[in-house]
Parts: sequence; C-alpha cells; structure tokens
Amino acid sequence: MKITFDWLKDHLSTNLKEEKLLEQLTNIGLEVESVENLSAGLDLFKVAKIEKTEKHPNADRLKVCDVNVGEKELKKVVCGANNARDGLITIYAPPGAVVPKTKTKLVVAKIRGVTSYGMLCSESELNLSDESEGITELSKSKYEKSVGRSYFPKSSSNLIDLSITPNRPDCLGIKGIARDLSASGFGKIKNIKEKKIKSKTNQTLKVKINKENNQGCSVFGSCLITNVKNTESPQWLKDKLVSVGQKPISAIVDITNYVMLDINRPLHAYDADKIEKGIIVRNSKLGEEFTALDNKTYKLEKGMCVISDNEGVLGLGGIIGGTRSGTEFDTKNILLESAYFDPKSIRKTAKKLNLDTDAKFRFERGIDPLSIEDGLNKAALLIKEICGGEISKVDIQKIEIYKNKEIKFEPSLFEKISGFKISTKETLKILDDLGFKSKKEKKYLKLTVPSWRPDITQEVDIVEELVRISGYDRIKIIDPTKERTKSTLTQSQKLFHFLQRAIASKGYLEAITWSFTDSNYNDYFKGTNKEIKIVNPISSELGVLRNSIFSNLIMYINKNLDRGFKDLSIFEIGPIFTGYNPGQQKIVVCGLSAGKKFRSSWIDKERNVDLFDVKRDVVQSLVDAGYNSNKFFIDSETPNYYHPGKSGRLFLNKEKEHVAAYFGEIHPNILKNIDLKTESLVGFEIFLDNLKLPKKTLNDQKIKFNVSDFQKSERDFAFIVSKDVKAQDLINAVSSVDQNLISNIKVFDVYEGENIPENQKSIAISVTIQSFEKTLNDSDLENINNLIIKTVEDKTGAKIRS
Amino acid sequence: MSDIKKIKEEFLLKLKGKLNLSEINEIKSNLFGKNGLISSQFKKIGSITEKERKKFASDLNVIKDELQNLIDFKINEIQNSEINKKLEKEKIDITLPERNFVRGKIHPVSQTIDEISSIFSEIGFSVEEGPDVENEYNNFTALNTPDNHPARDMHDTFYLDEKKERLLRTHTSPVQIRTMLKDKPPFKIIAPGRTYRSDSDQTHSPMFHQVEGLHIDKDINMGHLKGCLNYFIKEFFEVKKIKMRFRPSHFPFTEPSAEVDIGYEIKDGKIKIGEGNQWLEILGCGMVHPNVLKNVKVDPTKFQGYAFGIGIDRLAMLKYGINDLRAFFDCDYRWLNHFGFDPLDVPTNYRGLSR
Repeated sequence: MKITFDWLKDHLSTNLKEEKLLEQLTNIGLEVESVENLSAGLDLFKVAKIEKTEKHPNADRLKVCDVNVGEKELKKVVCGANNARDGLITIYAPPGAVVPKTKTKLVVAKIRGVTSYGMLCSESELNLSDESEGITELSKSKYEKSVGRSYFPKSSSNLIDLSITPNRPDCLGIKGIARDLSASGFGKIKNIKEKKIKSKTNQTLKVKINKENNQGCSVFGSCLITNVKNTESPQWLKDKLVSVGQKPISAIVDITNYVMLDINRPLHAYDADKIEKGIIVRNSKLGEEFTALDNKTYKLEKGMCVISDNEGVLGLGGIIGGTRSGTEFDTKNILLESAYFDPKSIRKTAKKLNLDTDAKFRFERGIDPLSIEDGLNKAALLIKEICGGEISKVDIQKIEIYKNKEIKFEPSLFEKISGFKISTKETLKILDDLGFKSKKEKKYLKLTVPSWRPDITQEVDIVEELVRISGYDRIKIIDPTKERTKSTLTQSQKLFHFLQRAIASKGYLEAITWSFTDSNYNDYFKGTNKEIKIVNPISSELGVLRNSIFSNLIMYINKNLDRGFKDLSIFEIGPIFTGYNPGQQKIVVCGLSAGKKFRSSWIDKERNVDLFDVKRDVVQSLVDAGYNSNKFFIDSETPNYYHPGKSGRLFLNKEKEHVAAYFGEIHPNILKNIDLKTESLVGFEIFLDNLKLPKKTLNDQKIKFNVSDFQKSERDFAFIVSKDVKAQDLINAVSSVDQNLISNIKVFDVYEGENIPENQKSIAISVTIQSFEKTLNDSDLENINNLIIKTVEDKTGAKIRS
Repeated sequence: MSDIKKIKEEFLLKLKGKLNLSEINEIKSNLFGKNGLISSQFKKIGSITEKERKKFASDLNVIKDELQNLIDFKINEIQNSEINKKLEKEKIDITLPERNFVRGKIHPVSQTIDEISSIFSEIGFSVEEGPDVENEYNNFTALNTPDNHPARDMHDTFYLDEKKERLLRTHTSPVQIRTMLKDKPPFKIIAPGRTYRSDSDQTHSPMFHQVEGLHIDKDINMGHLKGCLNYFIKEFFEVKKIKMRFRPSHFPFTEPSAEVDIGYEIKDGKIKIGEGNQWLEILGCGMVHPNVLKNVKVDPTKFQGYAFGIGIDRLAMLKYGINDLRAFFDCDYRWLNHFGFDPLDVPTNYRGLSR
C-alpha cells in the first residue's frame, strides 16, 4: 500500500513530522517497507520555449532546435518530434536528468554529427500520460511566463510503501490508516461528512442478483450518470495519483481509482450504452468466455461470480471488468457499480484463472460491506463535478442483510495475555477510536465490531487491538527460569549429533544439499525406492524428492572436481524419502571420498582412497556413537550403485535385522555415465533409523574393569581356504574356540597366487592367548593350538599351511 | 689367592680394556650367567664350613657388587657414547612439511542449530522434530490458515500431488500441531529443521531452515515471550545488551502477533549486532491462537502460551558474516572449509557457545 503524508492529511489533522509518522506506522503494525522521494531530480525538468527550428543537416526526420530555457544562451537540442516548431512551449530536460519513464540518465550526445544538449520530452516520457506522439505542448497563455522554471511542483511528500498484513483490508485505504494513527494518538481523524447524491431520476438499468448456491455477490449498488464528457483528470487528481505511483488515465477511471485508494472502496464503471438491457449477477456456466480489460480472453469454469447482461459475461465480479463494456473517452453514459463480493469466492476464481488485480486483492481480504453507498456518492459527485452529466438515484440490490458482529469481551483477558495493565478508560478510548461501539454488561464489555474489520471475530482479537494501539513496548520482559524438567535431546537425536560429529572428525566436510534432486541422478541411486515427483518444482533438475543423498553429493563432488580439487571428502546427514506420505522418510548419513588418501610427498607414498578407508570411517563412527564393533556382522550384499565386488553391508549384530550401513566403491558405470573423473570414488551410507538405540546409559556401558597380568603368547597360523571363505568366518571360528583364552585375533596377511592352488587363498592370522587364571604352559598352548586348527578346518574347510 | 680373588683380578683387568657392548655382555654372562663363575661360587656356599662361610659369603658379595657395578658402568658408558654418536648424525631439516592432516568440518547451519539447542536447553526447552513432507492440514488448516485464506499466498508451496494434500512443509509450525496432538500440556519445545518454499533468487532459496519455539502452560503471557527471545538473542550473539523491538504483525496462527527487529550498525564494513540505529527483522512470534489450541484439543481457557519461528540460515549469516544465502547449499569445497566448524567445537553452556 503506497501512501503520502499529504494524502493522509486529507483525513488526519496533525502537526507532527514525517519522521515520527514513519515510526508510528511501524509501531502500530503498518510496517514501513520503503520511503522514496519521487520528486527527487524532477526539478531539473524546465518549462522551455523553442525559439527556432531547423532541419537536421544529415537526417530528414530530425530537427535542430534552439531552445530558450531561461538562461542567457539558447540550448541546441536535436529532436525528432513532428510537433517541434518555432514558438512551442514545452518541457526540457538537461544532461544529467533522469527520464522518469525509462530511468535513463541523459548525456550530451552527438546525433548524426550534431551535438544535442539535453532533450525535449513527451508526456509519456514524463509519466504524465500515455501520449508518446510528439513532445509535450504546454498552453502558451499559462506557461509563457514560466520559461526557465521547473515544470514539476516541489513536492515535500515522500512515497511511503507500507506492508499491510492480510488481516487489515481497512488499511488498504488512506482513511483506514488515518483512523489507526489517530487511535494511537498520532494526530486526530477528521471524520469528513461525505455529501450524498440528491437526485429525482431513477436508476433505470435493471440489476438482478440471481439467488443461487454459492452466489459470490450479496449486494450490488449502482447509479447511472448520463451525458458525461469523459476527459483528462484535473491537475489535483493527476497529482494525487502520481504521488502514490499511479498513472492517470481518464477522469472516470482516475476517480474510481482515487475512491478506492482513499477509502478502500473498489468501484467499477461501465459504459451503460454497451450493456444489453440490464445487469444479471450470476454464476458462470462452463466454457463461457469473455475478454477482460487486460486484453486476455478467459474461459470460465462453472460457478464463478460474473456480472453479465443479455449477451453474456461483462466481467468477473470484484476481479476484472471486460472490454465490451469498458469506459472510453467518448463514453456518454456510465453505470457505476459498488458491490460486495465474498472473499472466498473471489479468491477461488482468481486462483483458478491465475488472475491478480488490485480489486481482487482488496475483495479477497474483505471490503467494508457498508461502504457501498459512500463509494457511489463520493465517486458519482466527483464525476459530475469533472465530467458533467446527471446522476440517478442509487439502486441497491441485495440478497443478504449485513449485521455487525458482536463480541462479549472480558477486560481481564487483556492482562492475562499481554502481561501488563491498562485502565478501563484507556481500553474504552482505544476501542472507540477504532470504531467499536461498547456497552458495559456486568464484568463484560459488549462490543459491536466495525463493518470494516472482518478480521475481528473473538475476544483475543480485541486483546490484539489493545496491545497494538497501546504499544508493544509496554510489554514487560519476564526473564526465563533456568529449569529443565525434561532432557533436551532424545536418544535418537543424540545419535544424530554423535554421528554427525563422528563422521566430520574423520576428515569429511559437512554439506547441506537440497532435499530434492535431478531425477536422472536419482535414478542411479534410488535402489528399490519409488520416485517421488514434485508437482511444481522450481526447475526440472530439481523435480523429485531424493531417494538417496548420493545423487546430490556426487553431483557436487563432480563440481568440486571441476574446480580443480582432486582429493575430496564430503558428507551430509539428512532425510531421504521413501514415499509421498508424512513420515515416509529416513535419516541417513551419507559420505563420499574421492581421489587419493595421500598424494606422494617427501615423506609418504601415494595411495588412492579405498573401501577400507570408508569401512574404517563407518565402523569407527559407529563405535564413537556407542556400538560394539566386536558384534558387527558384515557381508557383501549391496545395492546396485555400489561396485558389486568391492562393497559391503554392515549389521550391528549377527541377527541381521536391519542394515546399519553400506560402504564401498561407487559403481564404475555411474562414474562413466555422469562423466566423473577421479582416481577413486568410495562412499557410505549409515541408516540412523535402523540403528537400535543403545538402551544403556554411558554409565551402564562401563563394565567391570577386568584384565589379566598372566603371560600372554602370540601364535601365528596360516590357513589355505577356498576363495569365498571370508576373513570374518575364520575369525569367528577362532574366537569360538575359547572366548576366555583368546583375547585378540589379527589378520596379518592375505595371499593368492603362486604356491596356492587355484580358487584358494592363504589367510594368515595372529592369535593372542592369555588366561585370567594362570600362566599357560607349553602343553596348554599346544592344546589350544590344535583346537584352533581343528575348529577352523572343520568350520571353514580350511587347511593349515605347513 | 683364593679363587674369588683370582676371578676378581682377572676380570677387573679384562674390564679395563677397550670393550664393545657384546664383549661386555659376554663377560657379564661368563660371570653372572646360569653357570657363570660368580654364580658357581655362590652355589659353593652351602658346602663351606660354617666357620668360613660367613666371611666367604661376605667377600663374594663384595666382589660381585664390584664387578657388577663396573659392568653396569661400562655398559652405561658405551650406551651413552652410542646415543651421543647418533645424536651427532641425526639432524633433520625440521622445516620440511609435516604429514598431511585432513580436518573435517561441521556446516555452519548445523553448528547454529546446536548453538540454538544449547541456549534453549538452558531454559528448559527440549527438541522436537517433524517430517519434511506434511499434509495440508498440519501445515495450514490446523494453524488457522484455512483454504482460501490470503495468508496462504505468502507461502509458495511445493506440492506432491495435484489435489494439494501432500506438500513440503513451508515452515516448522506443523511441529507445534504434531507435538500438541501427541502429548498433553504443558509444552516447552523447539523444533529446528528444513523448510521449503518455491522461491528462488539472491535472497531466497527453495530450501531453508527454521526453528520453531512453543511454550504452552497455564499462565504464559507476552512478557514471557519477550523475556525468552531477549534471552535467546543475547546468548546467541554473545553480547551483554541487545536492542530489540517488538512490532505488531499478523500470522494466522498467533494472536497477538509480532515481528522482532534487532538493532545493528555497520562498523568498518562489519555488522555489529545489538547497537546502532538500523533495524533488522529476525523472527516472527506471537501468542498461540485459541483456534490452534482448539484444533489440537487443548483448552484455550485453561492453557495459553507463545510460539515463534526463526530463520536459522539468516541467524548464521548474521553471526558469522556470511553474505550469500545460496552458498549454504552450493557445496563449494572452499566455502565449506572456510565457514565450517571443527567437530570438536560442540556448543556447550559451560565452555561457551563458540570459541
């Protein structure tokens, strides 16, 4: 909502400064978004007289004018306008001036070899009208003496742009803003008594509101104004509209706009001669069409509120008029409409047709249903004053009678909500200033809500009004108590926190990427999940919810590789989506590592990142988060986006209930398809929702400290096993021998090739044996040795290597 | 001369010569090994007459100690001289670069969420969460924003179906609904998380982060709201005083509603929070609307309280001097490294929010 202080003063008497106004507007909830001086720089535009014109030596259509701008020397200006002629009084803009319409800054320029100092302006360039043919012609009698003076009057009023919240339609009119200011103690509202139409002629055009279901119009007021002469608006009206950034069009249009801006009463003027027989307000039929004032043709659905005549649709009530009945400069007879349209109906229709107009914006927020006659009176009388003609009586058709809302308000509620007190006197004054009527009824106030406040429906809305007007700065600060009755984080939130920082501590940079992704990338990683489309994505590359975090991460890894980085580790912890319904999402920690672990340096040999790096990161992070790695179970079944032979799946224990994590090399086909070039790319996913939460607290997790000081011995074994036997199988077999004696098992070599039969491999392990009870003697050790060999051979089909 | 004296003389002589470590060790084992000369002498003690035994034993011990000490001294001498020799040779250019260390980082948004949680934890809030995909009811209707309400226009919503029943939550406020439906009052929660609006330009990103706050009890009023936010802002920006302004606004789910501005100034090209004459909007809040409470079966005549919503990314930008919102989600390795936090920097209230 754009206003000026000057316009406000039509409704408000005040001596206060604009600075104070801006502060007060914001204080009462009418937030000042911006303040702009529209007239800044306009003083450069001068009334000027063309003393002499000559044809341009090098261009047929151009003229070189000697222009008197009130200085000693005449200015040479090249001009292409047909109407540039000797003796014409016009408007001159010097170099340095900014043309209001195009916002271009003028410079001294050579035009076809002739230097031009400034420009003679058309009305459209100055935003005075749409007239772009020729330069402005000013009346000789009026302006001859003003040559050299600024054309635009000095305006002290800035353009103030307010952000009006959707609950305050009343403040979409200057008067409403003045009322709020006045209530808050800023100036005093003038309460101008508007003049009324006094007429003896009837409104002869018949208006009917059809009584049907979901009729969007409940009141239709109108009057006829006959024999008008539509014209340009008088200067005061033009100035007024220009001052709030509107463009004057013609007196009739300008007047309806003025009334709308002044008291938030949208009106519509029809060319009465173009209406066939009468007005019918009804629901549209499926497929009806009409051309609106924006020159677009709209095909209507069933049930939209239209203003029609015998020939069809004239306009969409409260949204936009049609070209067929629009007013023009030659319009003689006008039907002026002032109606009430239901906000819901307006909004539904406008949304379906994707239409946004000033009238729609106002009606969908709720127009004062009792402003119908005020609007007609104000506009019709102005039209008569400016365009002449005769006004008919006002005709009002209605299918519903408006009743003011009433609220029973208990004044103690104010302090209960706001935390501070105001006196009954102050309460009553604020409410009265805002237009409420109040009556005391025992401990209650019976309030009648003003018709322009559709937002006020219950007691708490009254509290809001009182706090707002008395001032939010009166709310006292009550310091919070430092008391905690419930733990801040749940177990799973703690897990999130631990894993996030655990992974970061392994050298990964945390990234946050969109929850949506490119479906092409998503396809590579969606696994068994279904694609989830967004109906209205911001771009097709962000068209689906991600089924995996990999799609985004790999895209960004690639971008960073393009930036010239070679060794990158990034991760993200966040949701992936498995369905369209709320809750069909999982928290995943997903990481990617590209390039080399070490580049060769003076001290280290180089090595690519590999799956055992990510395996370590996954295992160690799970340990960091409180899980026991001795219980982990790992196999090699992984989704198809991993390298089938170089990837693994981790369970927290042998029961294999839920996959805790995947890790491994990313499938080389994906790298090829997305053209990602790196020495190595490995990744992992940890599924937080699949991790059984540790039941024990950290305190409980600490079992009794129990170590042995008896001598320990290490024995090495090398087994030849079939290639598909896993190291884990061997380890499990060894540890099953005697968990009390076998304190550690380490794989120190894996070998295939020479001296080993085909399809077999050698795995060498080192076993630490230690008793809690005694130092083991040679025969004890021998027994265990043999038992280990026998158990491993039995369980895995291995043969001890001699 | 007795045997032991002979042994003594012989070995003292031997030990005077220039010996290396293995020669000394050989002497040591000749003397004190299992069948060493001195060890054998000790074995004799039992067979000596009682009269002589005492003296013999005493002499033997003296000799043993003498030889032992000499050997230890010699060994020590050699070891020292070897170390000294080594030290002379071992000189390395310590200006050569150290081994590579890769440090991971925590994203500034995550760090900010942890800071926020830490502050609110201190005053008794616990953390709640809700899903990113919401139904239309929780995101709008239950929050007193029925269909055809113009306030819906302020949220450019991503929808997942043509009927517009499933959507990406446009704010964290639906967590209020979920929390209140799930439990019984009182409620004192914050809910940080991802939020989405189909809006994309320099200052808007289709995904951003909010933290919701909700405190419902029997007598929670606007003074508590002001106190809570005043506390939070001071703690978050780690300043002693804060200039804060409550300004009336409108949200369908709160009444009265307010927007909160904080004072700032630009000093030497850097933003200073808490002072100055400029105002910066940082959050929206208000008293939870009775209609919302009714929707979640909480009796508004018995319970009341406040709610607020804060843009997390915006807070992070202000606190850490980040200019471009879109960079948060752009994954530029340099940016993540520059603005990221050490994983050891866990915001706590005893060590402080930030270093």
